[in-house]
Amino acid sequence: MGVGIKVENLNAWFGKHQALHNISMEILSNHATAIIGPSGCGKSTFVRCLNRMHETNPDARAEGKVQVKDMDVYADGVAPVDVRRRIGMVFQKANPFPSMSIYDNVAAGLKLNGFRNRKKLDEIVEKSLRSSALWDEVKDDLKKKSGASLSGGQQQRLCIARALAVEPDVLLMDEPASALDPISTSKIEDLIFELKENYTVVIVTHNMQQAARVAEFTAFFLLGKLIEFDKTEKIFTTPSEKRTEDYITGRFG
Amino acid sequence: MPEANLTIQWHRRLMDQLATTLAIICVLLVIIPLAAIFIYLVIRGVASLNVAFFTHIPSGSPGEPGGGMANAIVGSAIVLLTGSLIGVPLGVGSGIYLSEYSRGQFGRVVRFTADVLNGVPSIVIGIAVYALLVIRQKHFSALAGGVALGIMMIPIITRSTEEMLRLVPNSIREAALGLGIPQWRSTLSITLRTAISGVITGVMLAFARVSGETAPLLFTVLGNQFWSTKLNQPIAALPLQIYVYALSPYDEWHRLAWGGALVLIVLIVATSASVRWIASRGFAGSAR
Repeated sequence: MGVGIKVENLNAWFGKHQALHNISMEILSNHATAIIGPSGCGKSTFVRCLNRMHETNPDARAEGKVQVKDMDVYADGVAPVDVRRRIGMVFQKANPFPSMSIYDNVAAGLKLNGFRNRKKLDEIVEKSLRSSALWDEVKDDLKKKSGASLSGGQQQRLCIARALAVEPDVLLMDEPASALDPISTSKIEDLIFELKENYTVVIVTHNMQQAARVAEFTAFFLLGKLIEFDKTEKIFTTPSEKRTEDYITGRFG
Repeated sequence: MPEANLTIQWHRRLMDQLATTLAIICVLLVIIPLAAIFIYLVIRGVASLNVAFFTHIPSGSPGEPGGGMANAIVGSAIVLLTGSLIGVPLGVGSGIYLSEYSRGQFGRVVRFTADVLNGVPSIVIGIAVYALLVIRQKHFSALAGGVALGIMMIPIITRSTEEMLRLVPNSIREAALGLGIPQWRSTLSITLRTAISGVITGVMLAFARVSGETAPLLFTVLGNQFWSTKLNQPIAALPLQIYVYALSPYDEWHRLAWGGALVLIVLIVATSASVRWIASRGFAGSAR
């Protein structure tokens, strides 16, 4: 049970607006960690800083230290592309590549990075689709159907498979189930449960029940600051901070 | 109040029908001239088409029966191909730059330049190429014609490519970046591929637009009564040949001009249809 992600004094800005203030935390590997907090508190910005997606916005900037295993994410000479290959991301809105088949969607991360071994690719695609619990539903039209022809819930699981195919160490999920119906949501949650056996999962969620269901650890963010970070059980039963308690009990947010 | 409701419904229905009728009238106004031109062209053109039209060059003396436009058809193909080789890569490339890479001042300058270039009359482009290329080479050439048409294609393709790429949702780009795919790769294999049918439509519009251009060819390819496929020699082109024949006093040449016009339109439609067909074969293919 090692440290999966170590964050030290992370600050982030959009232009002049500071979105994150001095965040430091240690996220355990092979566990799920939930990030909760009201809208605009910096949850998404925080996870996007972990794989350097934050800086893809014009005039966005981040400073601080993020260590994922042996990789210093913000060190000089570390290419964002390499960081993102090792830290996969699933977005709020399912975003399969509409011009590609289901197979190509899953294989995209490898193929477009120059991976050519077809037999190995077939294996990885199957394995990834099995891990995201989508294999049985799509195995007959892998190359016939477009990724965009699937239902919303299936598309999101396709995106998870696509992220898994590049074999990342960490999987970041930015409200992965917020646009899905309850059945699809529970499938995604079951999936997160299985994924944390092999991956470090960080999940942003608006849904506190969801955080309680899937995550061992929960971090509460407010106005760009990390207010409290502890075992999920403790956060939801006996939080040490007044503000956490206020949020959990619905007094604001 | 059921009565008031009925009045509103009656009013709505009337407005609905009025709007529908107006829309249909507009559609007819668009279709009628197009259909009229095309039907008339087919009637006049088909009669003058025969095997010789496609296999022979113009007969030796003016107005003499027989002869064809083989050299002009091939000449047009060569000039258009040269133009496309210049216009399509530059146009698509600048479109990609404007949509995916430009931030700030320089992008605005490029966009403005493209819009101005788009508004420059084609004859002015012909003269410019004449001054820059023909005078320096000391003779007219197919290449100069291709350059003139290529320059005309660039701004049309640039702007349409930019617009089409902008329609690709940002979430798609983020997905690609999130997978650790380098930006150039994601732009070519994902963003461009998602928008490819729109980009091709823009390219075909530009192609169709310059296919019929006569003015820029007057000063560049000059026209040629004889067989030539050389890039550095004057060459025949359909629009030029149509222009010369239609203005001539000979019935035989008028006949050939009609035939040429029909062939020109069919060539444009056929090229456009086949390119679209090739591009639209399925969503898939494989990621390259």
